[in-house]
Formats: sequence, C-alpha cells, structure tokens
Amino acid sequence: MLHLILFLFFGAICVAGAVNLLVQSHPINSALSLIVVMGSLAAEYLLLGAEFLAAVQVIVYAGAIMVLFVITIMLLNAGKEERSKGSRVATLLGVPGVLIGGVLVAWTLLHRSDMQSVPIGALWGDPKGIARLLFHDFLLPFEVTSVLILIAIMGAVVLASRPEAAARGARKDEG
Amino acid sequence: MVPLSYYLVLSGILFACGVLGFLIKRNIITIFMSIELMLNGVNLSFVAFAARWHALSGQVFVFFVMVVAAAEAAVGLAIIIAVYRTRETLNVDQVNLLKL
Repeated sequence: MLHLILFLFFGAICVAGAVNLLVQSHPINSALSLIVVMGSLAAEYLLLGAEFLAAVQVIVYAGAIMVLFVITIMLLNAGKEERSKGSRVATLLGVPGVLIGGVLVAWTLLHRSDMQSVPIGALWGDPKGIARLLFHDFLLPFEVTSVLILIAIMGAVVLASRPEAAARGARKDEG
Repeated sequence: MVPLSYYLVLSGILFACGVLGFLIKRNIITIFMSIELMLNGVNLSFVAFAARWHALSGQVFVFFVMVVAAAEAAVGLAIIIAVYRTRETLNVDQVNLLKL
C-alpha cells in the first residue's frame, strides 16, 4: 500500500512536471520542470529497486545534461517563444491525435494485460551485478560507447567553436 | 506491490508529453528537451520490465540509453549554438533554408 502511495505521489509530480514543460513559454521554465521530472523519475527507479540507475539518473541526467541545457539557454539569451501559424496547425492536429493515442494505449495496458505486479522495495539492481554485466557480457558495447562519447566531445567542440577561431587554429598549425 | 501496467501507463504519458512538446513547441531548445522527455519515458518502461522479470540487462540498456542521450545532448546543443550564430533565431519556423 505504501509503495502504491509513493508511486502515485512521484508519478503525479512527474506528470505535472511534463505538463508544465509543455505549457511554459520560456525555455528556462521548461528546463527547470524537466529537472523535476528527472528527479521524480529517479525516485521511481529507486522504488523499482534500481538503486544504481537512480543515482546515475540524478548525476547524469538531472546533473550533467540539464546543466548543459541551462548553460545553453543562458548563452543564447533565449527569450519567450513566439507563436506562429505552423505551430497553431500542429496544436490543432497534434494535441487530439496524441491524446487519443495515449488514451488507447493506457486503456489497452490497464484492461487487456494480464501481467502481474512488480515487486518493489527489493533493491536488487546493485552496482555489483550491473558492473558484472557491463564489463563481462556487454563489454564490446561498453567500449563502443566510449568511442561514441569521444566522437561526441570532438564534434561538440568543432560545432560550437567560432569559424574564425577554427580557421586561425588551422593557420597556426600550417605555420 | 504496484501493477506493471501502472508503470507502463506512466511511461506512456511521459512519452506522449514528449511527442506533444515536439509537435507544438517552436523553440529549438524546448524541442530538444521534449526529446529528452521521450527518452526518459522509454527508460522507465525498461526499468519496470527489468524489475518484473528480474533481468539486470534491462538496467544495462537504460545505462546505454543514458550514455547515448548525454552524447546526443552535447552534439545537439553544439548544433543549436551553431544555428543561432548563423541565423540569430531559435524559432524553428525561421530556420527553413538549407543555405543562407
């Protein structure tokens, strides 16, 4: 019973944050409500016993990625978004479509599934088991993601650097 | 005990909110945040299924999704900065030319 209450509490915060992301017009408000969503999702992971993932969710998602977003918003001095004709068409067609699809999926899941409950509060996703999987069964994908991260870092540096600065660097290399 | 379908419904709601934000938002940074919201919704269903079948590999997949999302956020935000530098707008409706 307590687990259900906790699930509903954090789920409500999660959905409220996601809806707030949609209705806010300033990007910084959207970013802050996305942090709320990610924090409450970490609590949901903890309820499901995934303690390692809850920590990673807070550190990587709510920490690193959202800091990147907030810094970019600050750097670009992003203001309120202006509404345009295209966005009104998207609202008229998109909102009913997504709502109908969501209700259909929810109804199917709630009424036509015979899946049992999830045992929660059993903290079985410990770092030890994950590390054993990650460095044994998934060793090749793990190494490939390290290469991916390296490429992403270099790509981010190249894309975000000013063209003049990059050209100056190239000249310096030649000379 | 919480039914598995509750978790899936919550994950579906988050994904639907992400799709909706992708459709109705005009600010490129907010659109990018909607994509992150969709990834989070998918992650929740991964963790719920992993808890249901006691399969730790589901959590490893979530870990990989997070890694790819971090790389994607770094590159995507760099692209947004480059777009802003050349066009001086964040509105996707005004970013409609391949070449300036």
